[in-house]
Amino acid sequence: MDISRRDLFHIGGKLLVLASVGATLDQITGAAPPSEAYRMADHWWGMLIDIDKCIGCGNCVRACSKENNVPEGYFRTWVERYQIQEGAQPQVDSPNGAMEGFPLPTRADVKSFFVPKLCNHCADSPCTQVCPVGATFISPDGVVLIDQTYCLGCRYCVQACPYGCRYLHPKTDTVDKCTLCYHRITQGLTTACCENCPTGARQLVDFKDPKDPVHEFLRHNKVQVLKPYMATQAKIYYKDLDGAVR
Amino acid sequence: MIPGVDGFMYPNEVELQWSVLIVLYPYITGLVAGAFILASLERVFKVEAVRPTYRLALLTALSFLLVAPLPLQLHLGHPERSLEMYLTPHRSSAMAMFGFVYLWYLMAVLLAEVWLEFREEIVHRAQTTKGWLRLVYHALTLGSYNVSPEARRIDDKIGYIITVIGIPSAFLLHGYVGFIFGSIKANPWWSTPLMPVVFLFSAMVSGIAAVMVLYVVSSKLRRIAIDMRCLDTIARYLFYTFIIDFTLEMLDLIHRTYEADESFRSLDFMVHTRLWGSHVILQIFFGTLAPLALLAATQLRSFSEARRRAMYMTAGGLTLIGIFAMRWNIVIGGQLFSKSFLGYTTYKVALTAREGLLPAIALMLLPFAIFLVLIKLLPPWTEGKATEA
Repeated sequence: MDISRRDLFHIGGKLLVLASVGATLDQITGAAPPSEAYRMADHWWGMLIDIDKCIGCGNCVRACSKENNVPEGYFRTWVERYQIQEGAQPQVDSPNGAMEGFPLPTRADVKSFFVPKLCNHCADSPCTQVCPVGATFISPDGVVLIDQTYCLGCRYCVQACPYGCRYLHPKTDTVDKCTLCYHRITQGLTTACCENCPTGARQLVDFKDPKDPVHEFLRHNKVQVLKPYMATQAKIYYKDLDGAVR
Repeated sequence: MIPGVDGFMYPNEVELQWSVLIVLYPYITGLVAGAFILASLERVFKVEAVRPTYRLALLTALSFLLVAPLPLQLHLGHPERSLEMYLTPHRSSAMAMFGFVYLWYLMAVLLAEVWLEFREEIVHRAQTTKGWLRLVYHALTLGSYNVSPEARRIDDKIGYIITVIGIPSAFLLHGYVGFIFGSIKANPWWSTPLMPVVFLFSAMVSGIAAVMVLYVVSSKLRRIAIDMRCLDTIARYLFYTFIIDFTLEMLDLIHRTYEADESFRSLDFMVHTRLWGSHVILQIFFGTLAPLALLAATQLRSFSEARRRAMYMTAGGLTLIGIFAMRWNIVIGGQLFSKSFLGYTTYKVALTAREGLLPAIALMLLPFAIFLVLIKLLPPWTEGKATEA
């Protein structure tokens, strides 16, 4: 096969970019680099959450906390319980983020359901827009990450997130949030929260994978994102999301 | 139930992220911008009456500008990385641009203008003082000892150009601070295109009030007669600027109330409960309506000089408290309610912590210490204009 000088530059350049991106992500996530078979350009990650399937057990919160060493009192994911009486303001609670689940409801005559929350990994994320040094960014496979070695801890991104997903890690003094278990999904695994959900209410999805069941699901179900008016192109889709949820 | 929380907050929202130090930051930059704009009245718009405060206003602006980045620096989780904002700025971030606007304003505008204005005295003192101060003045001359009338004419011309550039720069410095808050769409308390304009006019109000108070206090301390024509003119400008500022704030309030979007009920509840004291009582009543009434009275009726001075000082002091309350209500108020609009948290100021009350007080006193050093080094007094008491 003949390889021209131009081809050589093209291939070499691409390899260089891929190698440098791989090295950077390794440093950023502090985890093993993506498996060799993993190509960022082939993925676009998100999540499907089926509200009706969530039983508020808190397994996802505990799994996330353990998997990611989340400091006590802060949450990369949490579950909210909505109790809505007709015509009244919704009553919402999330005791300790639902780490231990929920106490029994106090009333039976209200509409009640659980809403798992996590970073929405927005394609137009306001948090990455405002970061003064670009320490938080969207990876080529659609995950919003934070470079802990670069974050100033100014917390402008915390203010800019409409969903309350970010916090200042009390030990590192840098901002922390859900990474969609990046260290797992780049190894072909699913996230800790999805893996531990007993009812399958959470499903990690890859919008770029034509074989992913998400495409079939989206064709047949009505879905919504949180606060659609924020126009953040959130990638956490909720099935049967009630209009009262914020 | 979480202590200090009413209703439902997203779990990560309970703790406030921006403290009293972030309140100081727009307050201090506002004083800088306002003082500079007052100084420019004399230089560019030839308002001769305020001449006695020209140099005072410049040194006030410089004293506060030198302290402006410190609250931010102290607030950062990793202050040692702050230089990255200059080295690898993220261009879509309003905050990243602060470093550049600040440097531009400090180096290209304020330091240059102060140097040109005081050059003659610096050269004179470099030749007449003794000891280590002589070295300081020699360094301050930057090697330029030519103070001939021709050289001073050139200084004056360049100074004029710098002031002309300085006015939009001062607008930029503080307008952008407003943009930092106003552009956060996630927070309805902050998110309004009026925010930069409101910040700008409130900055002018606070800067003018600060220079007015400093002028009276410094004249009293030096036992120099206060130039009432100057004081009346400053008070008049303070009144006019305050009316614009108040109008803009009322416009924002009326617009929010009339539009009453989904955040309104939550924000309205917050103003009537957690923010009642600092917003309604301190900011609107004591910090805005009271000084406006005092200033309006001096415009409508004639009072004795002594009474006018007392009214101006009271109005100036209340204004400075009111604008501080406004910054507090914006920064702290914007974090007291949940973005779910279903709950409220509480802010407790620690006393000695890094972002506590004592560091905040120290940071607020620091500009005055710098100011004292500056007026010793570069006396701003224009004795020829003032009459000895």
